[in-house]
Order: sequence, then structure tokens, then C-alpha cells
Amino acid sequence: MINFMALLSGVVFGLGIILSGMVNPAIVLAFLDITGNWDSSLLWVMGGAVAVGFVAFALAKKRTNSYLGLSMQIPAVTKIDSRLLLGSLVFGVGWGIAGICPGPAVVLAGTGSTDALVFLIAMLLGMNIYQNLQGRG
Amino acid sequence: MYINLNSVPWHAVGGGLMIGAAVALLLLFNGRIAGISGIVGGLYRMQKGDIGWRVTFILGLILSVVIWKFFFVLPEIAIETNYTMLALAGFLVGYGTRLGSGCTSGHGVCGISRRSPRSIAATIVFMLAGFMTVYLIRHVFTF
Repeated sequence: MINFMALLSGVVFGLGIILSGMVNPAIVLAFLDITGNWDSSLLWVMGGAVAVGFVAFALAKKRTNSYLGLSMQIPAVTKIDSRLLLGSLVFGVGWGIAGICPGPAVVLAGTGSTDALVFLIAMLLGMNIYQNLQGRG
Repeated sequence: MYINLNSVPWHAVGGGLMIGAAVALLLLFNGRIAGISGIVGGLYRMQKGDIGWRVTFILGLILSVVIWKFFFVLPEIAIETNYTMLALAGFLVGYGTRLGSGCTSGHGVCGISRRSPRSIAATIVFMLAGFMTVYLIRHVFTF
């Protein structure tokens, strides 16, 4: 049941990425191009997602266990440190180059796009290198 | 504020609501944050009992394409970035999201939904970095 709910969440998430247009890097880049022909789509997507997410987290806050009896694993870290800021900066630069973030990267790879596969493999490599440096440090 | 309802991109709002619903499902049933970089990145830790749900979630993302194509035609997808830049971008996104503990979904959607100052700071930083990068590529260096 745990794996099934994760599968269902992944399917709904992916359908949302496709329906919203965020599967198309050109639309994401048009949002990031604030001095060009700006496209507000991404803001509407985030607005819709946060509206539902806000209710979900309000419900989650009242619980210690999930509906399936698992512990609620909500991040407890509150410190805004240099790792958070530097990591987000590096991510933002990569996002600005291609207009692809991790969710759409996986969905795009699912379409069989070679471009997306190149991006995804490089992304997995980046994560792997981070993990290896972590393990040593 | 006046919003012309005809100018609202309703498919974007609808897609956003679905992403929110996916976040709600994973949070309320599995107790997990639907942050894609975290779900994928967590696989590298190879912790027993913590792999199955990550794999099925990722399979779900891929399966969504198959389901969509069963009913509709995929929307237009335009990638104009060359392989070298795609690889560079992918690497920065992979490394950066792990170092910064999140991406557009984990910080941008989930973090803002729970009003985490940390996630709000991260979202501001990656958005500004994205704005700057696109500005430099499209309007300054134009390569």
C-alpha cells in the first residue's frame, strides 16, 4: 500500500507537470526571461500547488502518523545556512541554462527525449558526486 | 487587484492543483515530502526499507507520460539547448539541489506550503539565479 500510494502520487504529480505545461522547458525559460517575452504560467502552477499543499500541511501538522501509520517526516531544520544558499544558487544557474528541474527531467525522460536523457544522466551524476563527497567529509 | 479571467492560464492552474494533490497524497498517506530531488537523491543512501516507495514514485512520474498519451496528445516540447549545455545544466541541477536540500517541488511547493523560512529563502535564491542566468544567456552573451 505504501508503494502503491507513492506510485499514485508520482502519476498525479507527472500528469500535473504535463497538464500545466511545465514539461516544456521553453515555457519555464519564458518565465525566467523577465526582460523578454515573459510567461507567467509557472507562477499560476505554483499558486495552484501551494493552495492545495497549504491545506495538506495544515492537516499533517495535527498528526504524528500518516494515514498508513508511518511517522510524518517533515523537515525540522530551520537554519538558513551557506549550504542551502550556495546549493540553491548552483541549482538556479543550471535551471536557467536548460529550463529543466528534477520533476520535469524525469517526466521528459519518460517521453523518450534524448535531450532529456542527457540532462537526467548528468543530473544523476551530479547527485552521485555530491553523495560521494558527503560520505568522505 | 483586477484579474481578467480570460487571461488566466487555467491549464497551468489545473496542473498546479494536481501537483498539490500529489503532494497531499504522499504527505498524508506516506508522511513524506514530495520533493523530487530528495526522493531521487535519497536512493544513493541505499537504506533498507527506504527504497521501494522512492522507486515507485519515480516510476509513477514516468508512467504519467504513458497514461497521458493514452488519452491525449503530449503538448509541444521544445528543447533548444545543445548537449554540452544540457549536460552542464543537469550536473548543476543535480549537485545544487542536493547541496541545497531541495528543488522547485521540495522547497518551492512543499516548503512554501508549510511556510518554511528556509524553503522560502531557497526559492528566492534559485529563482533569482534562474532570472540572472537566462538574462545573461539571452540578452548579454547571446550564444
